[in-house]
Amino acid sequence: MLVPLIAGLALFKEPQPALDFLISTEITILVGLGLSWLCRTNRDLSTAQGMVVISLSWLAAMFLSAIPLFLSGHFKSFLDACFEAMSGLSTTGLVLVQDLDHLSRTHNLWRHLGPFIGGQGIAIIAISFLVGGTSGALKMYVGEGRDEKLVPNVIHTARFIWLISIVYLILGTIALGIVGLSIGLKPSSAFFHAICIFMAGFDTAGFAPMSQNILYYHSGVFEIVAIVFMILGALNFNLHYQLWSGKHKELWRSIETRSFLLIITLVSLTIMLGFNHFGIYPQLMTMFRKGFFHIISAHTTTGYGTLYSQQFIKEWGDFALTGIIFAMALGGCACSSAGGIKMLRVGIIYKALREDIKKIMLPDSAVVAQKFHHIKTVFLEDKQVRGVLIITIGYILLYGLGALIGTILGYPLLESLFESVSAAGNVGLSVGITDAGMPLALKVTYIIEMWAGRLELMSVFALLGFIVAFIKGR
Amino acid sequence: MIMKKIVLSQIIFIIAPLIFCFQCCAQTISSSELIKDAKQYDGKNVTYQGEVVGDIMMRGEFAWLNINDGSNAIGIWINKKLIKDIFYTGSYQAKGDLVEITGKFNRSCIEHGGDLDIHAQSINKIASGSKIYHAVNTKAINFTLSLSGIILLVLFLRLHHSRKAISARFF
Repeated sequence: MLVPLIAGLALFKEPQPALDFLISTEITILVGLGLSWLCRTNRDLSTAQGMVVISLSWLAAMFLSAIPLFLSGHFKSFLDACFEAMSGLSTTGLVLVQDLDHLSRTHNLWRHLGPFIGGQGIAIIAISFLVGGTSGALKMYVGEGRDEKLVPNVIHTARFIWLISIVYLILGTIALGIVGLSIGLKPSSAFFHAICIFMAGFDTAGFAPMSQNILYYHSGVFEIVAIVFMILGALNFNLHYQLWSGKHKELWRSIETRSFLLIITLVSLTIMLGFNHFGIYPQLMTMFRKGFFHIISAHTTTGYGTLYSQQFIKEWGDFALTGIIFAMALGGCACSSAGGIKMLRVGIIYKALREDIKKIMLPDSAVVAQKFHHIKTVFLEDKQVRGVLIITIGYILLYGLGALIGTILGYPLLESLFESVSAAGNVGLSVGITDAGMPLALKVTYIIEMWAGRLELMSVFALLGFIVAFIKGR
Repeated sequence: MIMKKIVLSQIIFIIAPLIFCFQCCAQTISSSELIKDAKQYDGKNVTYQGEVVGDIMMRGEFAWLNINDGSNAIGIWINKKLIKDIFYTGSYQAKGDLVEITGKFNRSCIEHGGDLDIHAQSINKIASGSKIYHAVNTKAINFTLSLSGIILLVLFLRLHHSRKAISARFF
C-alpha cells in the first residue's frame, strides 16, 4: 500500500486518494500487530497448517486490499470492493467497480498492483522477505498451489520469481509505453497505462485502467504486444528459469508448451470454423483478430477483451462460447500466475489415457511405460496420475457448482457456466452476469471460486478440514 | 387541378419518409441499445451522446475519441478538424465535455479490425466539461491521526512488554 500512497502524493498529486491509502496502511499495520501477538508461535508449521495459514492469509489480504478500494467511493458496497480485491489478487479480472473512467490513478494503480502481488503469490512475498525458516517457507509455498522449485532452496526460488517478474515489468512497461505513445496517448498516460496493462497482462488478470478494457486503445499493435505478455505470464516460472539459463530447447520439449500449442490450435480452428459457418465476422483478418485475441486471453486465463461482454452472447453464439469455456477451463501452465486445470495436468491425463489404451491393445505380457518431459524426462506413475485427477475433478466440480448456483438464481445454463468457469479458472471474461446488481449469493460464490481456484483447491480443503475438526472438538 | 393534386401527393410521398428518417436519426441511441441490437444498427447512421473520456488519440488526419454515456464507452473515429472544440476529457481530475455525434455505426468495423465503433460525420458539443476539485476530507485526516496514535501506543506496549520479558529472563 506504500507504493500507491507515495505515487499518489508524489506522482499523481492526488491527496485524498493518498489519504485513503494512509488509512488503509494504518489499519493493515494494526491488524498485523494484533495477529502477530495472537498467533505467535515458535513451533514449525505442519503441511496442513501451512495450507491453512495460506488460505486464511488470502482472505485477510482480500479484506485489507478492499479498504482503499471501498474508500474511493467507486463501489456500491464493501462486499463489491472485496470482490474486486479478490478478483485482482487471484488474477481473475472480473470487475464490479463503478465509473472506472473517473477513478483516481492512485486507486487504479492499486487495482493493478493486486494481480502483481497475487500473481507472484502472497506466500512468495512472505518467503522472499519475511519468513526465516526454510521448512515453514516450503509448506507455505506448496500451500499456494506451487510445488516446483526452480532452485533447491525455496527462499531463493521465491526471490528468483520476483526477479523474473521485475525484469519483465521494466521491459514490458517500456514496450507498452512506446506503443502507447505511438498510438496517440499522452506521455504520462502512455506509461501509466503501460505499467497497469503489463501488471494485469503478465499476471494474467485482465484488469485495465479504462472501462473498455483493451478496446479503449483501438490498436492492433497494442493487442499483439498484450498477446505476447499474456503468453509469457501463462508460462511456467520453471520454464522461464530454463530459458534464462540458456536451455532454449526446453520450450519445445516441455509437455506443457506442447499441450498449450496443441489446444490453442485446436480451439482456434474450431472457433474460426464456427465464425465462418455462422458469418459472424465479414473478413478473415477481422475474424482472426477478434477470435485469436480472445482465445489467447481465455486460454492464458488473462481475460483481456476487445469486445463488450454482451457481444459474446448476442453475436458469438453457443458454439464459439463453448470453445472459449473449454479454453478457460483448461487454463495456462502450472507454477505460473495462470489459473484453470493447467496444461501439465492435461498433458499427464492424456499420457495416462494413452498408456491405458496401449495396455488394452497390446498382449498381456507387454510392459507399457509412458514418459513425459517437464524440465526433465520422467516415467509416468500412478501416484502422479491420481494427484492430477483429484485436482482436475475438484476444478470440474467447482465449475459445475458455480454454474448450478447461477442457474438456481435465474441465469441461463451456458451463461452461468461461462461466468463460473471464468471465476474459478481465474480468467475474468464475462458474458455480463458479473455486475454490481447481481445477487449477493452469486457475488459470494464467485469470491469463493476465485479464491479456491487460485489456491488450486487443496489449501481450501485443508481449511475446511480444520473447521470441521474444530467443530467436532478435535 | 388533378395534375396539381398528383404532384402534391408525390411531393408529400417523397418528403414524409425523409422527415421521418431525419427524426429517427436525430434521436440519440444509448450504448446499451447499440451493443444489444448491433446487427440491427449495423451500417446505419446513428446519433450517440455522452462524455468524452480518457485520451484523444490522434491517428494522422483522424482521431479516436471514447465516449461514455454512463453505461458503456464507445470508440468514435473522427476527422481531427471536427474536434477542435473539445477541451476537457473525463478522468479523475476532470468532467469531460458532453458531446453528441452523428455517424455510421459499425458492429464489426472492417477498417478497424472488427471493433464496434462509430465513424462520425458531425459532432456537437452540448455542454462543456470542467475541472473537478477534490477537497481533502478533514474527518479522514482526524481518523488517520487517531490511528497513528493507536499504532504508537500498541508499539510502545509491545516494546515495554518485550523489555520486561528480557529483564525477567536475565535478572
